[in-house]
Amino acid sequence: MSGAPAIWGLCGYIAASCLLAYFFPQSVLAFLAFQAALLLLYYVAAPRKIKIFLGALLLLILLPVLGMANGYYLEVSIQIGIYVALALGLNIVVGFVGLLNLGFVAFYAIGAYLWAIFGSPQANQFIPGGWFPLSPNWFFVFLLLSIAVGALTGALLGLPVLRLRGDYLAIVTLGFAEVVRALVNNLDKPINLTNGPRGISPISKPPLFFEPLLEYAGLEVPAAQLYPLYFYFLILVMVGIIIIVTRRLESSRVGRAWKAIREDETAAAAMGVPVVRMKLLGFAVGASFASAVGVLFSAKQVFINPESFTFMESIGVLAMVILGGMGSIPGAILGATGVTILNLQLLKGLSLWLNGLRQSGAELVIPFLGSYSLSQLPAQFEPAKYERMVFGLILIVMMIFRPQGVLPPTQTRDQ
Amino acid sequence: LELALEILPQVLVDGIVLGFMYALIALGYTMVYGVLEFINFAHSEIFVLGAFVGVEVMLLLESAGLLGALHPAVVLLLVICTGMMLSGLAAVALERIAYRPVLGGPRLVALISAIGASFFLQDALRLFESLWRNTFYLNYPTFEAFERTVPLGQNLIVPIKSLIVTGTALATLAGLYLFVHRTKLGIAIRAVAQDPDTASLMGVPVKRVIALTFFVGGALGGLAGVLFGIHYSLVNPYSGFIPGMKAFTAAVLGGIGNIPGAMLGGMMLGLLEAFAASYLSLMTDGAFGAEYKDVVAFLVLILILIFRPRGLLGETVRESKA
Repeated sequence: MSGAPAIWGLCGYIAASCLLAYFFPQSVLAFLAFQAALLLLYYVAAPRKIKIFLGALLLLILLPVLGMANGYYLEVSIQIGIYVALALGLNIVVGFVGLLNLGFVAFYAIGAYLWAIFGSPQANQFIPGGWFPLSPNWFFVFLLLSIAVGALTGALLGLPVLRLRGDYLAIVTLGFAEVVRALVNNLDKPINLTNGPRGISPISKPPLFFEPLLEYAGLEVPAAQLYPLYFYFLILVMVGIIIIVTRRLESSRVGRAWKAIREDETAAAAMGVPVVRMKLLGFAVGASFASAVGVLFSAKQVFINPESFTFMESIGVLAMVILGGMGSIPGAILGATGVTILNLQLLKGLSLWLNGLRQSGAELVIPFLGSYSLSQLPAQFEPAKYERMVFGLILIVMMIFRPQGVLPPTQTRDQ
Repeated sequence: LELALEILPQVLVDGIVLGFMYALIALGYTMVYGVLEFINFAHSEIFVLGAFVGVEVMLLLESAGLLGALHPAVVLLLVICTGMMLSGLAAVALERIAYRPVLGGPRLVALISAIGASFFLQDALRLFESLWRNTFYLNYPTFEAFERTVPLGQNLIVPIKSLIVTGTALATLAGLYLFVHRTKLGIAIRAVAQDPDTASLMGVPVKRVIALTFFVGGALGGLAGVLFGIHYSLVNPYSGFIPGMKAFTAAVLGGIGNIPGAMLGGMMLGLLEAFAASYLSLMTDGAFGAEYKDVVAFLVLILILIFRPRGLLGETVRESKA
C-alpha cells in the first residue's frame, strides 16, 4: 500500500474498528480489529508525521476511551504493555548481544518483590519501627531504585557466567532463575522476607499526583476506572522510554559492539571490542528493564506470589522475541503483542466458545463416521490451558522455517 | 549427632536411588551432547513419557485383571521394555522432526527448538491423558509385590522398590558400558562423538548413528521414567523439569559428553541432594530445611560451570564451532 488513498483507507479502517469495538464491547473480534489498525499503521507507507499522529491518536485517545467503556480492553492493553517492555529488555540480551538468557523472569521477580516488600506491611516483619507500607510517593523512587538493583544483579550474575559458551550460559541463567524462585518461595523463615508461597498483599499503588490537575480541568474519572487508566498511561510511558533508550543504544558504539559480539566474538575481541564489559552491559541493561517493569507489575497486581515468576514466563517472553525477530525492536513489540493477544484473547475466547458449544449440546455430524454430541467434549479440552503447547509450537516452527522472525531487523548502514 | 548417625543409612539408600535415577537420565543428555554438541532440552519430557508409558501399561494390566496373575518379574520386565521402547522411538522422532532441520545452523537455534519441543511435549502429554483418562495426574496402581520392604539392619528398612531401581540401573549401566565399548555400533557412536567428519569418511553412517544415539539415550531416559514412577508413584506431565535439570547438572558435573562421567555425576548429585534434604535442617537448627535441596543442586551447577566447566572427568572438549 502506498500514497494518499492508503492513508484514507487506513483512517476509515480505524474509524470502523473503533465503532465496532465501542458498540460490541463483548466481542473479542472487534477488539482484535482495533488492534490490527495499529499493525496496519506500521506497514502503511505514509509520511512519518501522519503515522506518528495516527499512532498517538490510537494509543492516547481512542484506546483509553474504549477502555472506559470496557475495562477489559484496558486490562489487556496493560498486559500487552508489560510484555512488550519485557520483550524489549530480553531482546537486548538475546537479540543484540546474542546471549540466550533463560532466567529473564528472575530480574522481573526481583523488581516486583522490591516494591512488594517495602510498599506493603511486609517489611515490618524484619524492620522494626512500623514504617511500612511506605507511602505511595515512594513508588517512583523505587522505580528508579529497581533499575539500579536490576542492573546490579544482572552484572553480579553476569560477572562469573559470561565467560561460558552459549548453551551453558542458557542453563546457568535458568538455574539462577530457579534459585531466585526457590528463595522467594522459602524465605518466610527464619526471617519472613517474602512471606513464601502465600505471597504479599496489599501492595501500595502509585501516587495520584495528578489528582489536583484533574480537578482543575473538571474531569471526573470514576474511581474504578482511574487506576486502570493510570497504569495504562504509566506502562505506555515506560514502553516509550524503553523504546527510545533501546534505539539510541542500538545505533551507538555500544550497540555496534553488541552486534559484533553476536556475529563473531573472536573477531570482535580482535578488533578491540571489550567483549566481557559489553556483554555485562547488555545483561545489566536488559535486567534493569525487567526489574523496572516488575515494580509496575507488583503495584498493578496489589498481590504477588512466586507463581507469577516461573520458568514458563521466561519462555513466554523468549517466544515473543523469537516470533518477532531477534534483534528487532518492532519485532519484539509485535511478538509481545501477538503472543499476549493469543494468550489472553484468542485462547480464552476459544475456550469460552467451546464451553458454549458443550453446553448447547449440539451435534457434530461427520460424514461417514456418524455424529458426535458436542456435550461429550471432554471438559479438560480447553485451549487456554495449553499455552505451553502454543509457545512450544511457536518456537519450533519459527526455528525450522523462519529463524529470523516475522519482522527481522533491517540492515542499517552501520552494519 | 546421634540422630545424624541414626538416619545415615537411610539417607545413603535414598541418595543411591536418586543417584541411579539421575545417572540414567544424565546419560541421555551426555550421549546426545557427545555426538551433536547440543543440549537436548526435551530429554526431560522423554523421561516423563517413560513414566507415563509405565503407568499406562500397569493400569491396562490391572484393568485386564492380569496384574495379580502375572509374576512380578514379568510385570516389571513388560513395563520396562515398553517404556524404554516407546521413549527411545519418541526420542528418534523428536530428532527427526524438531532437531535435524535446524542442526546445521547456529547453536542457539537448535537449543530454542529443543526448548519448544520440551514445552510442546509437556502439553501434548497432558492433552492426551486428559482425553484418555480425564486427568493428567496419574498414580501407579499399588502392586503388592513392589510394596514390600526388606529389613537390612537396625535402622534400615529398604523397600523392594529401591532394590528394583538399584538392580535395574546397575544392570543397564553395565549393559551400556559393554554396548559402547564392545559392539560395532557402540564404536560407531564413539567415533562420531570424537569427530563426525572423519567418522563419515571412514564409512560410518553419521545420521543413522545420531538417530541410534537418540534411541539409546531416550530408552535410558524412559527406563529412568519407569523407575521414577514405580518409586514415587505419582506422575504428571510436568514432573520431568526438575529431575531433568538435575540430571543435566549431573552430566555437567561429570563432564558433559563423557559416559562414565554422567554415572559418577549422577551418583554424586543424588547423594548430595539426599544429604542436603536430611541434614540441612539439622545443621542450621531448622532455619533452612529440605526445601533448599533444589537450590543446592543448582548452586552446584553454577559453581562447577564457573570453576571447572569441563566437569570432573571432562576430557578435551572440542573447540566451539560458534
